[in-house]
Amino acid sequence: MMDSIAGLQLGFSHALTLGNLGWALLGCFLGTAIGVLPGIGPALTIALLLPITFKVEATGAFILFCGVFYGAMYGGSTTSILLNTPGESGSIITALEGAKMARNGRAGPALATAAIGSFVAGTIGTLGISFLGPVVVDLALKLGPAEYFSLMLLCFVTVSAVLGGSALRGLTSLFFGLLLGLVGIDLQTGQPRMTLGVPELLDGVNVVLVAVALFAVGETLYMAWRHTNAAPQVRQVGSIMMSRQDWRRSIGPWLRGSLLGFPFGVMPAGGTEMPTMLSYYAERKLVKPEHAKEFGTTGAIEGVAGPEAANNAAAAGILVPMLTLGLPTSATAAIMLSAFQSYGINPGPMLFEQQGALVWTLIASLYVANIMLVVLNLPLVGLWARILKIPQPQLYAGILVFATIGTYGISNSVTDLVLLYVIGIIGMFMRRFDFPTAPVVIGMILGPMAEQAMRQALTISEGDWTTFLTRPVSLAILLLAVVALVGPRLYGRLVSRAP
Amino acid sequence: MTGRRHLLAAAAGLPAAALARDGWAQQRLASLYMFIPAGPGGGWDGLGRAIEQVARQAGLVGSFQFENVGGAGGSVGLPRFVGQRRGRPDALMVAGSIMVGATLTNKTPVGLKDVTPIARMTEEAGVVVVPASSDIKDLKGFLDALKANPGGTSIAGGSAGGTDHITLGLILKALGRSAKEGSYVAFAGGGPAQAAILGAQVKAGISGLSEFVEQIRSGRMRALATTGATRTDPNIPTLKESGIDVVITNWRGVFAPPGIRPDAREKLVALMTEVHGLPAWTETLRTRDWADAFLTGEAFSAFLAQDVTQTEAVLKEVGLA
Repeated sequence: MMDSIAGLQLGFSHALTLGNLGWALLGCFLGTAIGVLPGIGPALTIALLLPITFKVEATGAFILFCGVFYGAMYGGSTTSILLNTPGESGSIITALEGAKMARNGRAGPALATAAIGSFVAGTIGTLGISFLGPVVVDLALKLGPAEYFSLMLLCFVTVSAVLGGSALRGLTSLFFGLLLGLVGIDLQTGQPRMTLGVPELLDGVNVVLVAVALFAVGETLYMAWRHTNAAPQVRQVGSIMMSRQDWRRSIGPWLRGSLLGFPFGVMPAGGTEMPTMLSYYAERKLVKPEHAKEFGTTGAIEGVAGPEAANNAAAAGILVPMLTLGLPTSATAAIMLSAFQSYGINPGPMLFEQQGALVWTLIASLYVANIMLVVLNLPLVGLWARILKIPQPQLYAGILVFATIGTYGISNSVTDLVLLYVIGIIGMFMRRFDFPTAPVVIGMILGPMAEQAMRQALTISEGDWTTFLTRPVSLAILLLAVVALVGPRLYGRLVSRAP
Repeated sequence: MTGRRHLLAAAAGLPAAALARDGWAQQRLASLYMFIPAGPGGGWDGLGRAIEQVARQAGLVGSFQFENVGGAGGSVGLPRFVGQRRGRPDALMVAGSIMVGATLTNKTPVGLKDVTPIARMTEEAGVVVVPASSDIKDLKGFLDALKANPGGTSIAGGSAGGTDHITLGLILKALGRSAKEGSYVAFAGGGPAQAAILGAQVKAGISGLSEFVEQIRSGRMRALATTGATRTDPNIPTLKESGIDVVITNWRGVFAPPGIRPDAREKLVALMTEVHGLPAWTETLRTRDWADAFLTGEAFSAFLAQDVTQTEAVLKEVGLA
């Protein structure tokens, strides 16, 4: 504890120089910009920035990289909310309620709760890095594939929150997502599956692409198809500020989302998607009865505040295994580790001891970046929200252009564009026949992760299925999943039977 | 790295020194197109950009143009390079052992036999590790456990069919077991694999030495053996000296498109020989911690053929090719 405080003091004394503040600002700005574009994520951006390591000293470069990383998490929510076009996989869930809020004249509060929630979560996450890092990482290492599989089963329960009115339609969507998730090389055998001989499909279908195709392209095509005779209507922008009630409704989800997100980020196979799903599920169950009907209809602010906080806290958590053990648990962390190497610094368990000044400066700059980002983003809320004043035909045309450019940016591949429009057309018909699209994306994210974790666990246990039940943590998570699945129904039955 | 490889490198460096004397800054190529069949930031990208750095500073090549087409261990990029650059004398592709396995498991219509080998530049030995808490103390203990019960000795590494998986297959074959019996747990990327080993979720792990070196130094993992022909780290024995006749490294090199004229090929070989002879290249190898593995011409072709045969044999036995 005392070491951490002394370290932070040292870090802030380095981070608050004019030059380093400049790097942080540049990083935040770049990060926000690329976060807004679907497809181009922080990993690719930092990879493209790697050549600066030849010219810029290490501290400046890493402050820039961390600014990009945090900025992308902020920016990712903006297009999710305004255009129903998620920029990163972590903000896919944000689009569920966020886009509905925007459509109902509440874009301002949705963007504001996302920005402030990101700030709250980023700060909690960075506090976690500063004071809890090594402890949490040792706990996270105790989780093996069996526990991860159980965690993913728990996440599958969250699908029930987005299934919509018809379980049959919802499950059909889920299975479509699981099917899409199977495309590509199977990690455990190295064999291609369902790639139809197309080499571009060997690495699978990109989940952001599918989300953009279903949410944005599908919606746009549907509008073009069904709304030919309707008079062009201009959407309400509504109040930009969060009301007192919005604040009251957001604080709980922010804190819960942050506490949920951080540990998932620290877990070597956790990532930013799972906690957003769990947070969405939790908020939907915990919401006050008078606001419950807003979920899935007019958009509930809790459903934006929680997942957005979870996403940002997880992003902070991802830095913990990287800084404490040198483990690259995400694409971004892997690129940052290669940047350490080009400075001749060996990232590993001794990083804190050997490069204390650098690491603490980096952590201090995360606090700085967080403040910069909320200051940068809040005034932008009004500006962004005004996008919705664009008449619908032009707005939807813009979304289509934007989605197309962003998708091409993922890997400069024409195959991706074909996929975008094929899945977009499927999305259009899903919209037409009332199939929910969110389960597709959830199935696509969870399916492959669950499959690999299950097979890894079974290889380790030599095919013994009881491994999921005999490992105590795994068993506890499974029981939690059972409670989450049947608990509400049992409770409902008990309440209805009572006179 | 010990004597033999140094000698080899020095011998290869001689003609470069001679060339360098009469034409230090003589430009060999006005422009060079460098194709990276992987995303920016990885090992192949790093090699390509390091070659650019050294060659351009010495004035050997006027300008470089890069293209990254990532995916599936190079299986996505390779067909594109073969198709679009056929016969072009001013194009190079970075590739390596990962592609040998990937093209076999993915059954791609084109393979490394369809491009023109120019030079092998670097290599990295693999290492067999156990968690620090493991009761396996040395290589002998590991081999005994593996021989007695391969199914119960779970081993973490990179994607199936990759160099790590092939290494396990070769070890099993050397022990007189079948490669199929191994209990190999594939992880996407070094992070999750390292986490599984550090947390003792698996019995052992195999990967490139650079992936594990910091964990070994800090005492969280115990290195049992490296997989090169000679010791990479003086304190870690090789498999070969321990009586297991397995030598396998993760090598990287450059290839020209198919169908180029012999003189164009000679020119590219000369260019890479010159790059390799520059002090800046030696410096790059040192800072990046890459082992020199310079090899050109027939020797490289022969090595490549042998690597493909060895990899294919293991993959066939496991049932992946």
